[in-house]
Amino acid sequence: MAAAILGRLRDKPPRRGVTARMRRILPPWQPGTRLLFPIGGDADVATPTCGRPLCSCVLTLVEPPMVVRMHFHQPGGCYYACAVRLGGVTVRAVSCVCAVTNPRSLMPLPAVSATCAHLSPTGKHPTGKSEEEPWDSEEEESEESVYSGLEDSGSDSSEEEEEEEEEGSSGTESPQTQVRLIPLCPSKALEDDSLLKDQEVLLAQNEYEEDSSDEEDIRNTVGNIPMEWYQDFPHIGYNLDGKKIYKPIRTKDELDMFLEKMENPDYWRTVQDKLTGADVRLTDEQVELVQRLQSGHFGDVHFNPYEPAVDFFTHEVMIHPVTNRPADKRSFIPSLLEKEKVSKLVHAIKMGWIKPRKPKDDSPTYYDLWAHEDPNSILGRHKMHVPAPKMKLPGHEESYNPPPEYLLSEEEQLAWEQQEAAERQLSFVPQRFGSLRQVPAYPRFIQERFERCLDLYLCPRQRKMRVNVDPEDLIPKLPKPRDLQPFPTTQALIYRGHSSLVRCLSISPSGQWLVSGSDDGTVRFWEVCTARCMKTLPVGGVVKSIAWNPNPTICLVAIGVEQSVLLVNPCLGDKLLYGATDQLLESYVAPEEERVQPVQWVTASTQEHSRGVRLLIQHSKAVKQVTWHGKGDYLASVVSDNSSMQVLIHQSSKRWSQSPFRRSKGLVQAVLFHPTRPYFFVATQRYVRVYNLLKQELTKKLMTNCKWVSSMAIHPGGDNIICGSYDSKLAWFDLDLSTRPYQLLRHHKRALRSVAFHRRYPLFASGSDDGSVIVCHGMVYNDLLQNPLLVPVKVLKGHVITLDLGVLDVLFHPTQPWIFSSGADGTVRLYT
Amino acid sequence: MGGLEKKKYERGSATNYITRNRARKKLQLSLPDFRRLCILKGIYPHEPKHKKKVNKGSTAPRTFYLLKDIKFLLHEPIVNKFREYKVFVRKLRKAYGKSEWGTVDRLKDNKPTYKLDHIVKERYPTFIDALRDLDDALSMCFLFSTFPRTGKCHVQTIQLCRRLAVEFLNYVIASRSLRKVFLSIKGIYYQAEVLGQPITWITPYTFAHDHPTDVDYRVMATFTEFYTTLLGFVNFRLYHSLNLVYPPKIDGQADAELKPVEGKEYAMDSESYLEKLSALSASLARVVAPAHEDEVEMDEFPVEGETAEQMDTRKKEQEALEKHKKMFEGLRFFLNREVPREPLAFIIRCFGGQVSWDKSLCIGATYDASDLSITHHIIDRPRLDQQVIGRCYLQPQWVFDSVNAKMCLPVADYFPGVLLPPHLSPFVTEQEGDYVPPEKLKLLALQRGENPGDVRLQAWNEESEEEEEEDEEDDNDKEEEEDEDESEKEEEMKLKKMEEERRKGKKKRVTAGKLRLEDKKRLEQEQQSEEKRLAIMMMKKREKYLYKKIMFGKKRKVREANKLAAKRKAHDTAVKEEKKKSKKARRA
Repeated sequence: MAAAILGRLRDKPPRRGVTARMRRILPPWQPGTRLLFPIGGDADVATPTCGRPLCSCVLTLVEPPMVVRMHFHQPGGCYYACAVRLGGVTVRAVSCVCAVTNPRSLMPLPAVSATCAHLSPTGKHPTGKSEEEPWDSEEEESEESVYSGLEDSGSDSSEEEEEEEEEGSSGTESPQTQVRLIPLCPSKALEDDSLLKDQEVLLAQNEYEEDSSDEEDIRNTVGNIPMEWYQDFPHIGYNLDGKKIYKPIRTKDELDMFLEKMENPDYWRTVQDKLTGADVRLTDEQVELVQRLQSGHFGDVHFNPYEPAVDFFTHEVMIHPVTNRPADKRSFIPSLLEKEKVSKLVHAIKMGWIKPRKPKDDSPTYYDLWAHEDPNSILGRHKMHVPAPKMKLPGHEESYNPPPEYLLSEEEQLAWEQQEAAERQLSFVPQRFGSLRQVPAYPRFIQERFERCLDLYLCPRQRKMRVNVDPEDLIPKLPKPRDLQPFPTTQALIYRGHSSLVRCLSISPSGQWLVSGSDDGTVRFWEVCTARCMKTLPVGGVVKSIAWNPNPTICLVAIGVEQSVLLVNPCLGDKLLYGATDQLLESYVAPEEERVQPVQWVTASTQEHSRGVRLLIQHSKAVKQVTWHGKGDYLASVVSDNSSMQVLIHQSSKRWSQSPFRRSKGLVQAVLFHPTRPYFFVATQRYVRVYNLLKQELTKKLMTNCKWVSSMAIHPGGDNIICGSYDSKLAWFDLDLSTRPYQLLRHHKRALRSVAFHRRYPLFASGSDDGSVIVCHGMVYNDLLQNPLLVPVKVLKGHVITLDLGVLDVLFHPTQPWIFSSGADGTVRLYT
Repeated sequence: MGGLEKKKYERGSATNYITRNRARKKLQLSLPDFRRLCILKGIYPHEPKHKKKVNKGSTAPRTFYLLKDIKFLLHEPIVNKFREYKVFVRKLRKAYGKSEWGTVDRLKDNKPTYKLDHIVKERYPTFIDALRDLDDALSMCFLFSTFPRTGKCHVQTIQLCRRLAVEFLNYVIASRSLRKVFLSIKGIYYQAEVLGQPITWITPYTFAHDHPTDVDYRVMATFTEFYTTLLGFVNFRLYHSLNLVYPPKIDGQADAELKPVEGKEYAMDSESYLEKLSALSASLARVVAPAHEDEVEMDEFPVEGETAEQMDTRKKEQEALEKHKKMFEGLRFFLNREVPREPLAFIIRCFGGQVSWDKSLCIGATYDASDLSITHHIIDRPRLDQQVIGRCYLQPQWVFDSVNAKMCLPVADYFPGVLLPPHLSPFVTEQEGDYVPPEKLKLLALQRGENPGDVRLQAWNEESEEEEEEDEEDDNDKEEEEDEDESEKEEEMKLKKMEEERRKGKKKRVTAGKLRLEDKKRLEQEQQSEEKRLAIMMMKKREKYLYKKIMFGKKRKVREANKLAAKRKAHDTAVKEEKKKSKKARRA
């Protein structure tokens, strides 16, 4: 057992040889017995504490397998260690005490060490041969016993016991034995017989206890390994024959354990031996010992750690040194190594590599930073500084308990989810929680803060002036339409009769008669005031253009039908007047020599004459437009052709036509005579050219800024022109001002078909495909410095849009502020 | 003529801007350092007017800084500190690699540090400037103070943030400058008015953060570094403006009360001190002992050009403000343990109330739940079994709503377990034409001092009236347009009918003519609107575009308001129907 303990002490399995040697001197288990056996260099456990080789060891057995006390004798004193083994657990307490022993008892110690002299590595000690002999002789036996197993060990122990007894009995005289046989427990003095008896009784009482004892270690050959390695196996090791040693069967579950804990009064002192797996109940003494050790006392009750100290050497100072060795040279020379180090440091300090530790900054971290603030100290760069805008404050929808209307409906939520994160109006879905405790953490809180940070340092800033305008201020201040009266405001009459769209209108200079040409191949004459159709003239073709002679003394209407222009006397009104017109036409005398003309003048047949047609001007191509000169003698017609013969000027009195242009300048849309001066306006797709008819040259070219001019009208004053275009623009030109439009009006939503000026009132109107007629006030001042004033005054609606066409022609009454409009719905309407 | 002609991009706006990379090279800084510098100095990119010109003809997306800004950065002492720190890190790494522990210690002793004081002063030359920019600083500090003490950033930073935040809260309590609070789903918004500047900040709800991965904490930490410096100085100044001791000390008298009875609950005195401060339950020590509760009479200086009415309104406002500040005075609150303690304690103390909580919840509880003098018990659970008579048991929303309403609201709507009235944002001021939730109307009526019972009815009436009005308004525009068309159409129809009749050869019947009442007003309106339309036609193209845009915005606003109103109406009717149904079910 001692060997085992010793083994534990050294934390390595005991060597067999040593075990054998020690076993040899093991006495029979007797409490309080002191053992002495040499360990020599093997017991190196104590080496770190004393620092010198050990000489001997004294073991005192208090209780057979449990406690061992060891005295390690040293030249400097007595070193003391103690180890306890309880069941499978080894409690170890090693302490070294320079115990003072009796000087007398010291003396024989060498003798003790002599017994082990041959084992100690130094082997200096003189030996007591007598003691040595039995040792050697018994060594062989012990080896045998080791191999023989348990039975032998039992006999061994008995032999040793006897030997011990012998030693005990014989050693009374010698100081060595005296030391050894100092009885430690007076109560259990060396009474061999009683002890023997006790032992026997113990053996008889509990054979298992004996099994669980130290002997087990010998049988279990697993060695000093952690026993938990065998945790999952049914066995805990192997005996010397290599057979498994099985664990005692344990069928206890937790309930049993608990019951045992409750019922077994000794439960608290039951320990499991790891090596055997058996439960061991600690005896009272063992318990006492454990408690003593736990409380930091010596295991042995009777050990006195405070024995008086005895000097090994004399305390007096000697005059001579112990050795006579002269001092080394190096003890006089300064160290080179140190010098090198110091010089390195000095160099580093010199070079500024090592700086002295900075003094701690004692100034307070926070102080009144703005103590001397200067409100005018704005840095130079702050001129451009744009302070970061603050974050938007939350609205009702961000509340944890918002009003119900702020919550998203299912569709809205779906839409929200499908939107891109950048597109969303709200960065979150409004939610409602019944109470504050249900509100969870907002998962995007850190992200939002982070985004704010990014905005602050990454977003380019730019000062944008917010348009803070009252929209009412943007509306131009125009004179009120009421102040600009008269102008047509309401629809007064509708002239019905045409069965197809009415393309063109014209009015007699007196303002009594209205003529309209339609796609149904008829021309109708109406009385303006009554909307009565006075006359219907079938012309057998689409009437493209119609123009009443502006001369009040001549009653003649030019009608452009297909390839010819008809000059018709409507025979309306004053009989004298239209009779005079007929006479005028008849008074024509053909010239002697036939002149080459681009067109053919044909006198109407009698049948046609009876219907009113007087003359036919037959063109080679379809006629687009006819227009009279203000004096009523000349008339211009436009032919849809691409050649230079697009525009022709006819003189009705002489039945003479000519083509004024040598070259075509593009598709001519409309032509116009200046009301008073010899100018001629030709509108091509994008430009209006003004020709001086007298000088026969181009005087001006007006840029309309439109894509496709549709119609043109001239102010009676002759200085202003308006052009309507198919891209729904109306351009007002001031001929004195510039060749570009003075104003471009985009009033209509769709293409403009026609524009018209009032002859007397400052009004102009435009008719468009959107079915509306817009009447504008267009005042032209005599003062050249004052620009014309254009004010829209009325939007007239009434025409029904048919075939995507609305108003086709507009026309002002020559004297009244009335306006006629013809539409695609086959009606002509009068607004007054 | 003289001098060399400059090349295309060597003059004009191209020379005023510099790209980020070039700026970085000019400053000889790495990108992270440049970023830090920009954050600390408050330098931000500028958007040039003509990007292509500045970008030398290229249209590649680049960020531009003002060249002046970058030149200004060149003289920044912090730049050198950055370089020093880089060297320090290099040396330290080397020393570690060579295991020269002595060198490591020495280097660590001489670790280069820098201060941001001068930057704060430079960016905010006056104190008011600093206050104006405090919103983000506060929000950030409050966020960082809720971070866990491990991981994301330095513990010292978090502790500092917490300290500064608590100091600021204490200042707001001492100065009673809190004005508005709002419980949003993101967190709690507070608005305080400090020296006339509204300062708004948000605190998250106290839960552990689910730290997102797409956030660069270094950027945030740099911002926080600056913000803590700023906030520290601001706090110092604010405390001194109130004659309070900085760093804050709890009033001696209160301190004694706050001493934990059990003695050794806290390991360190310093730790417990911050906790005591953050309990927000004790008043702060002052440099000069205040004469107790003396009301400073404000002298009145008539401002020139101010009429008596304006004076009166100003005076009234002042009085209302004073009243608002003392709203909770004399009330004793007790917070149940499920209620968020800090925000509520803060708010209640800001308005003069006394507040306490369970002793085990936090340090600084001044009285027990069983105290009979408690007037309001804030509780956030569906019901409480044992109620003490003589106090109101209320949900926490009452406190918030009362603060926003500037008066103690009637408690009936806020009893535990009751369906709470909606919590409205105090930051919304409805303009004309905006949608106003009915609850807000009720509140406004209450503030005017009308009886809530009547108010409800009135509110309903108002609501319906308003809705009608709104509807009318919406329709007005359309109607105006349509009306004319209709009248014309009607006339036309009449004419048509007559014509048809004529055609059919029916006998002409004489029917009694109806007197056509001409609504003069309406006619006038029509005329006006027509005039307007005609005038709009004459607008210039650019103005017309702008006008249309403005009108579009207005119309959208109206549309949104209408949508909200309609939703509300639908909701209310649904609720009513449900009530009816449930009543019927009960009867049956």
